[in-house]
Amino acid sequence: MRQDLTVQQMSEDDDRSPPLDLRCGAAPSINRARNCSGEAVSGSGSSTSSSIPASVPVTVTEYQSQYPDQVLEIVLENVLQFLTSRRDRNAASLVCKSWWRAEALTRSELFIGNCYAVSPDRARGRFRRVRSVVLKGKPRFADFNLMPPDWGAHFGPWVCVLANAYPWLEKVYLKRMSITDDDLALLAESFSGFKELTLVCCEGFGTCGLAFIASKCRQLRVLDLIETEVTDDEVDWISLFPEGETCLESLIFDCVDCAINFEALEKLVARSPFLRKLRLNRHVSIRQLYRLMVRAPQLTHLGTGKYGPSEVAQRQGDTEPDYIAAFAACKSLVCLSGFREITPDYLSAIYPVCANLTSLNFSYATITADQLKPVICNCHKLQIFWVGVPCVIDYQCFEEIWVLKLILAVIMQALDSICDEGLQAVAATCKELRELRVFPMNAQEDVEGPVSEVGLQAISEGCRKLQSILYFCQRMTNAAVIAMSSNCLELEVFRLCIMGRHRPDHATGEPMDEGFGAIVRNCRKLTRLAVSGLLTDRAFGYIGKYGKLIRTLSVAFAGDSDMGLKYVLEGCPKLQKLEIRDSPFGDAALRSGLHHYYNMRFLWMSSCRLTRQGCQEIAQAMPRLVVEVIRSDDEEETDNYVETLYMYRSLEGPRHDAPKFVTILR
Amino acid sequence: MERLLSFESDHLRATELRLGLPGSDKPSVRPKNNKRASSEISQESKSNSCASNAGNDDERDSAPPAKVQVVGWPPIRSYRKNTLQVQAKTSESELCRGMYVKVSMDGAPYLRKIDLKVYTCYPELLNALENMFQLTIGKYSEREGYNGSDYAPTYEDKDGDWMLVGDVPWGMFITTCKRLRIMRGSEAKGLACV
Repeated sequence: MRQDLTVQQMSEDDDRSPPLDLRCGAAPSINRARNCSGEAVSGSGSSTSSSIPASVPVTVTEYQSQYPDQVLEIVLENVLQFLTSRRDRNAASLVCKSWWRAEALTRSELFIGNCYAVSPDRARGRFRRVRSVVLKGKPRFADFNLMPPDWGAHFGPWVCVLANAYPWLEKVYLKRMSITDDDLALLAESFSGFKELTLVCCEGFGTCGLAFIASKCRQLRVLDLIETEVTDDEVDWISLFPEGETCLESLIFDCVDCAINFEALEKLVARSPFLRKLRLNRHVSIRQLYRLMVRAPQLTHLGTGKYGPSEVAQRQGDTEPDYIAAFAACKSLVCLSGFREITPDYLSAIYPVCANLTSLNFSYATITADQLKPVICNCHKLQIFWVGVPCVIDYQCFEEIWVLKLILAVIMQALDSICDEGLQAVAATCKELRELRVFPMNAQEDVEGPVSEVGLQAISEGCRKLQSILYFCQRMTNAAVIAMSSNCLELEVFRLCIMGRHRPDHATGEPMDEGFGAIVRNCRKLTRLAVSGLLTDRAFGYIGKYGKLIRTLSVAFAGDSDMGLKYVLEGCPKLQKLEIRDSPFGDAALRSGLHHYYNMRFLWMSSCRLTRQGCQEIAQAMPRLVVEVIRSDDEEETDNYVETLYMYRSLEGPRHDAPKFVTILR
Repeated sequence: MERLLSFESDHLRATELRLGLPGSDKPSVRPKNNKRASSEISQESKSNSCASNAGNDDERDSAPPAKVQVVGWPPIRSYRKNTLQVQAKTSESELCRGMYVKVSMDGAPYLRKIDLKVYTCYPELLNALENMFQLTIGKYSEREGYNGSDYAPTYEDKDGDWMLVGDVPWGMFITTCKRLRIMRGSEAKGLACV
């Protein structure tokens, strides 16, 4: 990969073809014929199948004597339109100047993994015909309160530039960005053909902003809000969707924790014949869900709201709706989620759809293994399964009564196996499982957890096609992890979170080094790894030696010395995202990654052993790296140790919107 | 009294059953090369712990860090935590707390309170009321209400209306009942006619 990232260093003078603007001016008809601007081409993205109209070859011959390479360029641009993968496009753009230009003209999906790596103007300057933008902002550890609020990642500067540059923009996907209502208003007003808005883990706006989107984006197909904070401005945004038939295909608002106008929602669903995905928030009761389902039996993805009766008393004489029939009528349903505040009696209603389900999210459903099993036993096609493991009973009310405590201890031992039992049921039935996520319902360290190595072992034996696993547990053994490494060879994502910090293998007392070592050694496709438990430098040695495809690595409370980090930085050539917290890695370790930091999207290190001087050295050695030192909001800089280091490559240098608790080192 | 209390607390401590891993409290379980990273301690003392750990590689806690929650650990998004907390609170409040409602009786100087959760059906409730207020209520009939008795039990529902106890199914009753009032039979006649 090129070390030099500056665009300016690519010289404009080129013997083969005239400069871009001159060519555009000279042959406007050619451009119109082969471009991918809004009106001429239907569909989206670069996979258009528009062919060169007959007039173009005639026009080309006129200019042939002046620009002999023009035919080549036209052909190239048309071929490149079929290239959708951004990695392929990046490679193509490095071949030579004219390929760079052709690629820039034909790229319609712009992916920016770090919104501070490049400025909106620079992006606009290179890519002229973008239909879809993906922007990612804050680093992932910000989700866990490790970063003070108002750090940055503002959508504002971007939406201003996008509004001017790409009036035909259709899709925006934002992750961990800070968005205001005004930003959404500008977005809604600027793009007449706007089709898809997806906001993941964003914040900063309210239902006011949603109202703008609903009312002004007449072509809207997708409005997906996923784990995004939306403040309740008490605006009835649902009723602001346009009258008449809508284009809506996907409406996901389960994270919008505000009451909604249900009548308006029902009418909206009734006039949205293309609706396939609907995820409701907890203010929609099961009775209301029924009414929606009978209006939309074509749904493929359904997220229930509150899976139980509402608090409002039903009129006497009202019979319970036939929920089973409603589910049975949804013959295309493949993805189920929601089940908040669940009343388990109603769970049997979903039996008719289980056989077709490929994705099931029970992670918010507080149910027991016995309630889960009859559902899971029918889910033979399940590929994605998210489940929350119920916590043990809060026995604090029994503190004085030690006899009861004794009884409870016995019960809880049993509970342990029951919840592993739930996973055993999954392992027995779901042979097609690709992705499993096991969350704790009670996220504390010292509570005895109901899943353990038994569940993991069972899954590894039953679900051999597993590609991605996120598994929270209180205790683990190397043996179970090793078993998974040899059974699940398709693993690409392995994230094990042993919630007790520094917990060793509970059977042998050994560190968890060998388990994770086996994972990196045996799972040849592994690209993402998260480690936990008691780990020595040896574990990192394994990662450095065998983890050659790893792109994302998450480390917490692990390692002994600088060697741990060195092994990783020197051994993992594909590493792009490295996030570390509370591990004893210092300046020497940081220095060992100098050869690699330009290849990475970012490095996060919090509560490690870095000093300001150490970080300063890096900043001075690497001018294209932005080295941010972040301290807690209220703390002043006291000692030499850096609380949080967040550094990332950038073409723009230090950002101008950094808050005062961020110091950018130079 | 104090001696008794201290004896009891000793007794409790002796019989205290910790539900952690067997031996998780004992330092000998941990392997020797356990070098802790910096902040084990909560956010307040983060900077202190950084400095103190720097030169002290052999520092080892004698017991696992107490129940102090470390910031951002385990790594669960606050969205998920909050959602589950809301659910836990609602279900907890339903399970643990009682459903106490005030009961007033015409002519009585002060009100009483009863826990509706304790009862499973109307006869039990009426029996309890009869015992509490030393009166007879009589049998309920759909047509005539509590005709034939001196008193009729009524309740205020969520909409603020006064209803006759017994008209709606028990399950619906206990979720909608906000308070009870035992009316004199003569006044209650009006209700029964409706």
